[in-house]
Amino acid sequence: MLLGILIWALALVTAGLFLARNWFPPAINEHARMFDSQFQVTLLLTGGIFLLAQAALGFVILRARKREKATHSEGNNRMEVVWTVATAVLFVAAAAMSTRIFAGVHLAPVPKDALRVEALAKQFSWSFRYPGPDGKYGRLDVKQVNDASGNPFGKDADDPVGNDDIVTAALRVPAGKDVELMLRGRDVIHNFFVRELRLKQDVVPGMLIPLRFRADVPGTYEVACSELCGLGHHLMRTVLIVMPPEEFAAWERDALDQLKQAQAP
Amino acid sequence: MLGRIFSTDHKVIGKQYFFLALFSVLVGVVLSVFMRLHLIYPDMKVRLFELLWPTGAAGGIMTPELYLSIMTMHGTLMVFFVLTTAPQGGFGNYFLPLQIGAADMAFPRLNALSFWTTFAALLVLLGAFFVPGGAPLGGWTAYPPLSAVGEVAGPGQGDGMDMWILSIALFSIASLLNSINFITTVLELRAPGMTLMRMPLTVWGWFTTAIISLLAFAVLLAAGLLLLLDRWGGTSFFLPSGLVLSDRVLNHSGGSPILWQHLFWFFGHPEVYIAILPGMGLISTILSVNSRRPVFGYKAMVGAMLVIAFLGFAVWGHHMFISGMSPYSSIAFSVLTMTVGVPSAIKTFNWLGTLWGGKLRLNVAMLFALGFVSLFVAGGITGIFLGQPAMDLYLHDTYFVVGHFHLIMGVAAVFAMFAGTYYWFPKMYGRMMNETIGKIHFYITFLGVYGIFVPMHVAGFAGNPRRYSDFKEFEFLADLTRVHTFISHTSFTVAAVQLLFVFNLFWSMWRGARAAVNPWEATTLEWTVPSPPPHDNFGGAEVMVHHGPYEYSVPGAASDRVMQTEEKRS
Repeated sequence: MLLGILIWALALVTAGLFLARNWFPPAINEHARMFDSQFQVTLLLTGGIFLLAQAALGFVILRARKREKATHSEGNNRMEVVWTVATAVLFVAAAAMSTRIFAGVHLAPVPKDALRVEALAKQFSWSFRYPGPDGKYGRLDVKQVNDASGNPFGKDADDPVGNDDIVTAALRVPAGKDVELMLRGRDVIHNFFVRELRLKQDVVPGMLIPLRFRADVPGTYEVACSELCGLGHHLMRTVLIVMPPEEFAAWERDALDQLKQAQAP
Repeated sequence: MLGRIFSTDHKVIGKQYFFLALFSVLVGVVLSVFMRLHLIYPDMKVRLFELLWPTGAAGGIMTPELYLSIMTMHGTLMVFFVLTTAPQGGFGNYFLPLQIGAADMAFPRLNALSFWTTFAALLVLLGAFFVPGGAPLGGWTAYPPLSAVGEVAGPGQGDGMDMWILSIALFSIASLLNSINFITTVLELRAPGMTLMRMPLTVWGWFTTAIISLLAFAVLLAAGLLLLLDRWGGTSFFLPSGLVLSDRVLNHSGGSPILWQHLFWFFGHPEVYIAILPGMGLISTILSVNSRRPVFGYKAMVGAMLVIAFLGFAVWGHHMFISGMSPYSSIAFSVLTMTVGVPSAIKTFNWLGTLWGGKLRLNVAMLFALGFVSLFVAGGITGIFLGQPAMDLYLHDTYFVVGHFHLIMGVAAVFAMFAGTYYWFPKMYGRMMNETIGKIHFYITFLGVYGIFVPMHVAGFAGNPRRYSDFKEFEFLADLTRVHTFISHTSFTVAAVQLLFVFNLFWSMWRGARAAVNPWEATTLEWTVPSPPPHDNFGGAEVMVHHGPYEYSVPGAASDRVMQTEEKRS
């Protein structure tokens, strides 16, 4: 008796907690909005099944006390077929619906004029590299990697192409522009996660993994490492700074000027 | 004395597995309490921490590496030494021969060997706490390169990691021996008349679990050996070129960290079913006995188990949607993952069907069985989110995942173990457990686990990453302080209430009321022999089976149950 009521109460409290507020941060692009609507569809589907199942369970417990004698049945093949087909259709449909969203991130072609940036993850910080005005990255040499002297990527000092490569600790991008971020790791697995972009990707040493996105709303968003990478995992933070395009252009000019001054003999 | 400790009697070995799992679960729960305490009071000085880990918690404050090693040990203990050990090694060993009318397992000495190998595996694992650097910090999934490059990746990744791999290798060997024994016993030692379709669903659960174990643990064992070779043999199975740690370039090339994930999850996903299938069989039985109705759709239940076992080997990639694996693979694994949800849904429908017209007897075993169904739905349904690669773009590695797998694989499976303990204790010890204490234990635990794991889902909605040793670095995590405080305090309560269970267990062994041969008025074979059963189970008598395992309230029958051994009236 008590258990039946308790199950109903727990189901309602669970539903209430999920709906109590919007637990997600604001969405800052089209992909994030598509994610949110697919999330809501899935929540509706699973929430409905959850509440119905708990309601039925509570109901049989409450009703069973009054019963004199159990009825006899060994099953019902038609019912088995109905609920097998029904759940199969619903579950696979949910997966099919969301495939478009995943493909939009990983399979859609990257526009030619996209901003290209490289990200480097290491225990326990991030670095980003912009190719500069020539659009080309300089060569890397693993032997020249040196964090203390500000060369986390291992930029080869002998390659002039790399002279205009800007290396930063925060990721700056212009609002409204497509970005292709190439993820590179050099020790253990890390993960690049920006909540507001609804985007998460492992960074795997030995692989160069592309991640494309566009951020429409200027602001500063936290990047949280989301794959266990060692004792400083919880400290592995940087920010994504989405800037109005003209501010971004000004920042890039300044960064190049500073680079030139530093390299001047 | 030595003969009793190193017994080959399946009932003694079953109890040995049970108490090994009980010890492991108590250690695992204590470790989780430490974690929950540290998460909400990261700067609090705790004398106990300092006593236990003088270096890792100098001054009583837990270091991040200590937190992570506790987390790794919690996961490893729970997954291997509790969830894999108690349902199969414990209850399976004790009751499989009894339920099919056999005098013992097919290979009694092999059985003892597999238990003692498991025991050695546990000692080696716990030993990791005491080696230089302490226990490993890479989580129970041990992803390389973190697990493959040694101490340079963090304390605990040196000797502690080697101990971990050795322990898992031993455990895998033990599980392989055990599964061969289970499969042979089911196929060869069934009593006359015990056809496959007259086997209780518990036996089907142990049988399919053994088949899964045989295939899955072989792969885990191989993966563990490859990892050891990368660490000590100079190979590069999981290590690519260009690794730089502490400004040192490592001399490896050509391997892939993702290969480990494929091998690990090829074991790791079926492992979920290893943990839950015996429980599913047991819950079907307890619901049937205590609602005095046959299991609804017995054949569908058997079919669902076999389909789960088969499809369980085709969905491992859903742990890797974010890993850098091909997006096409992700989409294929996504569809397969959704189909493995179907047999689980079938089982739920059939449990409700079993209860529907029943006359329910709400004893403690039944309460835990009903709680299992509720938790199984709550934990299983969120798989529909995580099975979609697009949803993992946000939810992967958040507390949503922690809540999901703790409900379905952790708590639901543990509820089945509680149900099994309350249900079978009278047979094992000839005494009843205390129902009042049992009911208090049930209600607080049931309420409490909802209170712990449901809020974890909303922390996941807010993007809270798992495996963080504190939440101070990120602004967005400050919003979740109240959620985590609530979770921690609830977990302390639930952990404390488990002492009631331990008390009830040991008190009832000596002081419980004497149990009748068949206190629950069930129909399966173990309820036809004395409690506890003699060494050879059936006293040398030939067992003949005439009926299916769930003939309750059969119209025209003399009582509301027909024992499996009852001769048919001609």
